[in-house]
Amino acid sequence: MANYTLRVRRHKPETDDRGPAGPYWEDFRVSLDPTLSVLDGLLQAKDRQDGSLAVRCSCRAAICGSCGVKVNGQSTLACKTQIGEAQSGANRVTEGRHAARASRPGSEPIVVEPMGNMPVIKDLVTDMESTHWAKMRQVTPWLLNDGEPPEREHVVPHEAMVDITQTISCIQCGACVSSCLSMEASPEFIGPAALAKAYRFVGDPRDAQAKERLYELAQDPHGIYDCTHCFSCIDACPKGVAPMDQIMRLRRLAGNDHEIDDQNNGHRHEQAFVKIIESKGTLDESLLLQESFAPGVKGKLVPRPSAIKGLLESIPTAVRGIRTGKMRSLSKLIPGVHPKLPGDSQENVKKIYERAEESRVQFNLYISGTDKEMAENEDTSESAEEATTV
Amino acid sequence: MPRHDVLVIGAGLAGQRAALAAAQTGVSVGIISKVHPVRSHSNAAQGGINAALNPDDSWESHAFDTIKGSDYLGDQDAIEIMCREAPEEIIHLEHLGVPFHRNDEGLLGTRAFGGASQARTYYVADITGQAIMHVLYEQLMKHAGQIDRYEEYFTTALAIGDEGSCVGAVTRNVRDGQMELFEAKNVILATGGNGQTWKPTTNALICTGDGIAMAYRVGAPLMDMEMIQYHPTCLAGKGFLITEGARGEGAHLLNANGERFMERYAPNKMELASRDVVSRAEQTEINEGRGFPDGTVALDITVVPKKRVHEALREIVLVGRDFAGVDITREPIHIKPGNHYTMGGVKTDIHGATSVPGLYAAGECACVSVHGGNRLGANSLLDTLIFGRRAGEHAANRAKQTAHAAPSQTVLADEERQIAEIVGRERGSGRRVSEIKLELGRAMDKHVAVFRDKEGIARALEIVRRLKEEAKSAYIDDRGTVFNQDVLGAIELGFMLESAECSCLGALHREESRGAQFRTDFPERNDDEWLKHIDLTMNGDGPEISYSDVTITDWQPEERTY
Repeated sequence: MANYTLRVRRHKPETDDRGPAGPYWEDFRVSLDPTLSVLDGLLQAKDRQDGSLAVRCSCRAAICGSCGVKVNGQSTLACKTQIGEAQSGANRVTEGRHAARASRPGSEPIVVEPMGNMPVIKDLVTDMESTHWAKMRQVTPWLLNDGEPPEREHVVPHEAMVDITQTISCIQCGACVSSCLSMEASPEFIGPAALAKAYRFVGDPRDAQAKERLYELAQDPHGIYDCTHCFSCIDACPKGVAPMDQIMRLRRLAGNDHEIDDQNNGHRHEQAFVKIIESKGTLDESLLLQESFAPGVKGKLVPRPSAIKGLLESIPTAVRGIRTGKMRSLSKLIPGVHPKLPGDSQENVKKIYERAEESRVQFNLYISGTDKEMAENEDTSESAEEATTV
Repeated sequence: MPRHDVLVIGAGLAGQRAALAAAQTGVSVGIISKVHPVRSHSNAAQGGINAALNPDDSWESHAFDTIKGSDYLGDQDAIEIMCREAPEEIIHLEHLGVPFHRNDEGLLGTRAFGGASQARTYYVADITGQAIMHVLYEQLMKHAGQIDRYEEYFTTALAIGDEGSCVGAVTRNVRDGQMELFEAKNVILATGGNGQTWKPTTNALICTGDGIAMAYRVGAPLMDMEMIQYHPTCLAGKGFLITEGARGEGAHLLNANGERFMERYAPNKMELASRDVVSRAEQTEINEGRGFPDGTVALDITVVPKKRVHEALREIVLVGRDFAGVDITREPIHIKPGNHYTMGGVKTDIHGATSVPGLYAAGECACVSVHGGNRLGANSLLDTLIFGRRAGEHAANRAKQTAHAAPSQTVLADEERQIAEIVGRERGSGRRVSEIKLELGRAMDKHVAVFRDKEGIARALEIVRRLKEEAKSAYIDDRGTVFNQDVLGAIELGFMLESAECSCLGALHREESRGAQFRTDFPERNDDEWLKHIDLTMNGDGPEISYSDVTITDWQPEERTY
C-alpha cells in the first residue's frame, strides 16, 4: 500500500450546487498497492470520495479499450498504467521542470486528463463518435468481397492471417488519435487508428479491393501522406498495433508496389528524402523541393508544368520557414553547398540501404514477438530472423 | 418514441449476431448497448470457438463432449442444434472477414481445448472474441441502413403490454440522461453474465446481469442459477484471465512442490480436463497446503515453444508483463480459480424464446441450456452466435405476424420516478453503493464458489437479503444528467442482488454435486433426485422454486472421468 495524489482534469457540463463547471483540477488522495493501475486509483476515488467522477471503463485488463486517458501527458489506458510507475513518471517530469531549484522530494501528483483531439463530454469521458468513429467509417471498414464466397473457407496463407492479426488486435481505445500530432495541426487527417484499420483490409488477401482502397487513401488530401512520422501513436498504443508502421506499409504498397502517383505529391516527396539521404547522408534542403516535384533534374531546372505549379505553391511555406527561423541556414538553400559525410560514412549509409532493400523487414509483434519495450531484454538478432518479409 | 420490429438489448456477440440475422429478413432492427458495442465483454473470450469442421471430426463427438462437460445437465436437443450448426457458422464468420489462423495448407487451423476429444477450437491468436466482435461491428456499420444503433443507452426495465407480452423497453441515454420508451414487437436480451456479483472475477465491470434481472422482474423464469463457473487460470487478486488456450498449447499446472498434480485428478486429459474438474483440483492442492503462500498454484507456459507463444498467446505475454510483472516465456505464473461464467440465466427454448411472449434471450444471460453444470472452453462464443442468430431469426419472423402494440407510458414514468428517488437520497443517509457491491462480491466468492456447503450458502443468502434492504437507502453523489454513472451503478446493484439471491437459493436447494456445484455436504452426483433443472420465478420480493426436466436424446448419464 502506498499513498498517491491523482490530479484529475475535471469538466462538468452542467452547473450544480456543488461547484464550478470547469474545466478545473481536482486532487484525490488514494491508497493502493503500487502494482495496481491508475484506473484502480480513479475507481477508488470514485467509490469512496466522489461518485460523480466520470471515466469510461469496463474490463480493467486492456482488452475493451474504454479507459483511454492521458497520464502525465502521455496518451494511454488508465488500466494498463501501474500507479507506481505513473508516480515515478510524475516525479521525473517534475524533477526535469525544477532542476534548477531544489525540488521537493516525495510524491508529485499524478496528472490524469481526458484524451486529446476529441471534445470532452464530462471529466475523463470524451466524444469518440464525432472523431474516432467518424474517421473509422471513412475507410470503408468492412471486407469487400468479389462475387460469391467460396463454399468453404478462403484458402489463404497462415502468415497473411498472422500478419493482419497485429491490426485486428486494435481495441479502438483512441490513445493513438489522442496523441497524434498531425491531427492536432490538421483535424481532417484520417489518423492513425483508421489507417491501421485500413491496413487490416489492404493486407487481407481476401479483400477484393486493396488497390482501390490504396488509391483513395493516397489521393485523399488527409490520407496516408498526412502522417509526419512522429512515432507518437506507436508510443501511445497499448496493444502494439504500431499504427505508424501500418501507415508506412500502406505508403510502400501504394507508392512502390502499385505505383500510385498521388495528387498530394506525397510519394515523390518521400522518395526525394530517401534519395537525398542515400547520396548525401544528411538532408540537403536545397534539393528537397525540386527532387519532390521534378525528381532527377538536380539543379538543371526543366520540370513539368505540374511540378512548376507545385514549386510555386511551396514558396509561401518556404518563406514562412525562413521568417519563423525554422530554416536557419540560408546558405543551405544554395545547391552544392551542402557538406558531405566524412570519410567512408556515405558508403556505410549505402550499405544500410542495400540491406533494407534486401529484406524489407517488418516488425510484426505476432511474428517477431518483440516490441520496443521488450526488445531491451531480447536478443534482437533472433527477432530479426523470425520477422517476415512482406 | 423509437419503434422497431426487433429490439436487441446488449451488443456483444449474441446481440450483434441477433441484430444482423434479424435485419437479413428485412425487418426493422434497433440495437441498444449501455457501452459502445466494441467494449462488450465478448472481447475477453481469448481461446477460440468450437466446431466439428474437420472431416475426421463429427458433430456427435462435439455434442457428447459438451454433454459430458455439462455433467449431463445440458439439454441435449439444444446441444445437438449448437453442434450441428457450428461448422456453418464458422464458415460464415470466415466469409465476413474473421482472420482465423490457418494450418500449413492455408485451411482453418485448430488448437486443443479442455474437455474436448479432438482439436476443434478455431482461433485468432488469443484474441478470438475480440476479432469476431470487431468483424461483426464492421457488419453493423455496413448495414447501418437496416440496423439503428443506440450506443451508450442504458436499459432500466422491460415494458409489458396488456396481453402480457413484451412490447418494449425503457432506456436512459447515458450521454444526456434522457429517459425514453422504445416500442418493439420483440425484445432480445443479450446483456451478458453477472460476474460482477462475485469479487474477484474475470468479468468486466459492465457484467452486472442486467438482462437476467429485468427478465426475472417481468416474470420470466431463470434456470440453473447455481451453476457458476470458476475458471482454473486467473491471476490471484486481480482476477485477470489466462486463456485455456495456454494449456491447449501444452502448458503445465504445477503445485509448489513442482508436481504436475493433474495426474492425480484426471490422468487421461491432465490439464485439459473440464474446467470444474481442474478448478477443484487446484483448490484441493491449495487447501491441502501444496500451493504457494499466496494461495495459488503455477501455470508453466515455458514448455511451449517461444515462437508459438508469441504467435498464439500474445495477449497472455502482455497480461503477464503488464499485470503480474512476469515474463511467461521464461517463468511460471501464479494462478488460481476465479469467477468466470454463469451457465444459468433466463430460461429459453431452442429459438431463444422465454416464457414471456415477444421476449427472447441469447448468450450468457440466457440458459438454453447448452452448458448445463459446466461449460466447455470455446463453447461460449459458439453459444452466443448460434442462439443469437436463432433468436434474431425467430423474433423477426414473429414480428411479421405481430402488430405493434404501444407500450403504456406508465412504465416510463415509474422508471423516471425510481431514478429521481435514487438521485434525491440524502448523502450519508445510508451506505454507499460501492460498499454494498464490495460486501456482496466478497460474500459470494467466499460461500458460493468452488466448494460449497449448506452453512456457507445460507450465510451468503442472509447477507444478500440484508444488502437488498440496505440498497433501498444507498446513496450516490452525482445529481447530474450527463454521464451520471453513479445512478446507473445503483440500478446495476439492484440487478446484481436479484441474481445473487437466485444463485444462492439454487445452490442451497440443489443437494448434490454436479458440474460447478460441489457441495462438500453432498459430494456425489445424484441422478435419481437431481437430474433436473431448478427454475426460479419471481414471486413477491423473492424467487419461487420449481423444476423442469433435462432433455435427453441419445446420451444417457454416465460416470464422468477425465
